[in-house]
Amino acid sequence: MEQISILEGRHKQVFEKKTGGEQVEIACDTSSLSGSVSQRACVFCGSRVVLYPVADALHLVHGPIGCAAYTWDIRGAVSSGPELHRLSFSTDLQEMDVIYGGEKKLYHSLIELIEQYKPKAAFIYSTCIVGLIGDDIEAVCRKVAKETGIPVLPVHSEGFKGTKKDGYKAACHALMQLIGTGSTEDISKYSINILGEFNLAGEAWIIRKYYEKMGIEVVSTLTGDGRIDAVRRAHGASLNVVQCSGSMTWLAKEMEQKYGIPYIRVSYFGIEDMSKSLYDVAKHFPERPDIMEAAKQVVSEEVKELYPSLQKFKKALTGKKAAIYVGGAFKTFSLIKALRSIGMSVVLAGSQTGNKDDYARLKEMCDEGTVIVDDSNPVELSKFILEKEADLLIGGVKERPIAFKLGIGFCDHNHERKIPLAGFVGMYNFALEVYQSVMSPVWQFAPRKGVKK
Amino acid sequence: MKHAKTATQNACKLCNPLGACLAFRGIENCVPFLHGSQGCATYIRRYLISHYKEPIDIASSNFHEETAVFGGSHNLKIGLKNVSKQYKPEVIGIATTCLSETIGDDVPMIIREYKQEFKNGSPMPIMIHASTPSYMGSHIDGFHAAVRATVKTLAEKGAREKLINIFPNMVSPADIRYLKEILEDFKVPYMLLPDYSQTMDGGPWGEYHRIPPGGTPASAIAMAGSAIASIEFGSTLEPSKSAAGYLEEAFGVPRYHMALPIGIKESDKFFTLLETLTQQERPEKYDDERRRLIDAYADGHKYVFEQKVIIYGEEDLVVGMTAFLTEIGITPILCASGGKSGLLRKSIKELIPGMDELGIKVREGVDFVDIEDEAKLLKPDFLIGNSKGYTMSRKNNIPLIRLGFPIHDRFGGQRMHHLGYRGTQELFDRIVNTVIEQRQNASSIGYTYM
Repeated sequence: MEQISILEGRHKQVFEKKTGGEQVEIACDTSSLSGSVSQRACVFCGSRVVLYPVADALHLVHGPIGCAAYTWDIRGAVSSGPELHRLSFSTDLQEMDVIYGGEKKLYHSLIELIEQYKPKAAFIYSTCIVGLIGDDIEAVCRKVAKETGIPVLPVHSEGFKGTKKDGYKAACHALMQLIGTGSTEDISKYSINILGEFNLAGEAWIIRKYYEKMGIEVVSTLTGDGRIDAVRRAHGASLNVVQCSGSMTWLAKEMEQKYGIPYIRVSYFGIEDMSKSLYDVAKHFPERPDIMEAAKQVVSEEVKELYPSLQKFKKALTGKKAAIYVGGAFKTFSLIKALRSIGMSVVLAGSQTGNKDDYARLKEMCDEGTVIVDDSNPVELSKFILEKEADLLIGGVKERPIAFKLGIGFCDHNHERKIPLAGFVGMYNFALEVYQSVMSPVWQFAPRKGVKK
Repeated sequence: MKHAKTATQNACKLCNPLGACLAFRGIENCVPFLHGSQGCATYIRRYLISHYKEPIDIASSNFHEETAVFGGSHNLKIGLKNVSKQYKPEVIGIATTCLSETIGDDVPMIIREYKQEFKNGSPMPIMIHASTPSYMGSHIDGFHAAVRATVKTLAEKGAREKLINIFPNMVSPADIRYLKEILEDFKVPYMLLPDYSQTMDGGPWGEYHRIPPGGTPASAIAMAGSAIASIEFGSTLEPSKSAAGYLEEAFGVPRYHMALPIGIKESDKFFTLLETLTQQERPEKYDDERRRLIDAYADGHKYVFEQKVIIYGEEDLVVGMTAFLTEIGITPILCASGGKSGLLRKSIKELIPGMDELGIKVREGVDFVDIEDEAKLLKPDFLIGNSKGYTMSRKNNIPLIRLGFPIHDRFGGQRMHHLGYRGTQELFDRIVNTVIEQRQNASSIGYTYM
């Protein structure tokens, strides 16, 4: 087979763990190399994924049609009430707007849409060319806010102005404008916000229930099943619990600085991390040992039910090898542990947006011979899947066809999942999905393993 | 409730570069390359993958702030170099975006400079440039711009050959395979562009492919200038924007232009045209297909007669479908498109002169909220179009028959036929079955024979 090489300029973003090997630091936090097919998106994408689940807000994309069309109903972020977030709104800028400016169109769009849909707030996403044609979005937003009486928040998400991470930050900045504007009356001292939990397939509801069983009040989930009023009172919580660290750590830090709310990083994937995320919250309230007791109770009940049901999968999957390529690095840690708990090892681990600390920790966690990649591309992913003989790839829609073409299983751990993978029940679903994909008899026909004609 | 009209809500169109990327995938050994932000490439890849279920690598020049200020030349050149190195393509299909168009990058000049700067390196890929600003037109315009740019870059003048060019428009991989089968059965040399029948619907890989096998070879496209004729599908496609139009203008290759051949009448026109151009009769096999289709029309006619539908999608698909639906007695009470060629009504009128008497209404440049408003008034029996009508279908409890692109919520969209007798047969069966299923479900008796 032809050797697949790694592009010059990417060598520092690929690392193989070997004893006695050179201990280089993985380069990350850089923008993607021109011409390499990055699996990343852009600033706009970062903002859009973070704010998308706010269900009673109007999300208006200011720009040509593409950005709004490709993000219409794109995430499996579900709402228990209003579903305004599932519609797609665009100012659909045309050539004349590019020449003469899009402010008027933006203004009229907003006024009409707010009248029609009566949202609790509006987020205005600026896209690439808005940054170039010089529309004064801030001024339009101020004007419309004044006329309509709702918060109208500009999100500076011009695609080219940074990476997806900058988009997260722009979204968090918009959220910060809302936080602190609601009443914190009646909020318990034993309360938290969950940051970076987007309620994909109803996951936030599962997690919330665990905390409620412990006697903890969840003030606001940012932004899963999100409501503007809940966001407004988020500053009343005692603790911020950050699940998707890549997108929301900035917000947690801001809230710490402005409102003195400490934060912890958690993950809801896998038994170990899920349990820890309950214990860590309980530890924050040492004056209430009953909370810890309740946490232990929740864990023991859940694990008692879950553990035996995982054994079938473990038996079948022991010795199988997985490759992981997801958005944030923190998720990778949990996935490695979750996979180990069902007998699988990890031969490739990587993320689109991990930082230095993340990769240092990843190196520590991984087994000998594991390849670690930052901001990878299909060529590299395929290379390592083949070389390391992975049986499973965990990723998103863009990674899926790579797995299937090469004849290995796949688990969608991204925005579009329809089955909850978080929480204890999520661990069962995860194991089931991995099992059903890896153990499927269809792979016997894959050319590499090949039942011959 | 007063409806907002300025903004586009739930768009019934996609952006220009998407169509270009798809078209470039129909050239052998070609990598599509978007000159713009990383997000454009990534979103478009994701969107196409959800329909075609194939790996789709689209490179990006990955604009940064400095790029936007100082121009994209530097990034584009690095990008081209990296793509050449990693993919070893024969062709790079470069499409622009709103960003690179707005800053006014002179892409042809950058390409010339690049070729000059790296002329002593490894083999230089052929570079095709299509101008596809997202603030103009929609994905279908990008598709045609890429096909035209490809022919413009590659086609050469030559002595007339017994060769037919065929430009099928944005049809499914299955449609392309069927067209190739027809031309092969006519035993006539042909050049079909773009041919993504394999690249967007291929087999499993025994080893890694940088670029999936399949596609029209550049050497074949070079011959396009010496063909005896070009056949081009697409009623609203003007010669000034089309590949066949260019070939006629530049090389005098006659352009035979027709609607997408859906339904018996339009398929007949296509086969008759092939008979005229090749001076031979159609193979018996197609007479058989036609006979079976007519037989099916007879068997199923009662289910469909006087059903009212709303059809939406790309304008050319809408025209083709309207011709088919009216010949089986279904009335498209609304023909809608997010496209805005200004030619939709005229094109339908050409095929169905009595359209107004039949109550066929036409609307261009609409979004799904407009279509839904119409649906509430017109109360169609079902909707026909891509998956994006599902929300409206569910909300208003009107069945949706999925076809075209994208099919994001059903399996096998890439294998769906639309064209010719075979495609029509498939569509007819599905329409009849939709009606039967409706009636069966609505019946309290639960008939087991329908």
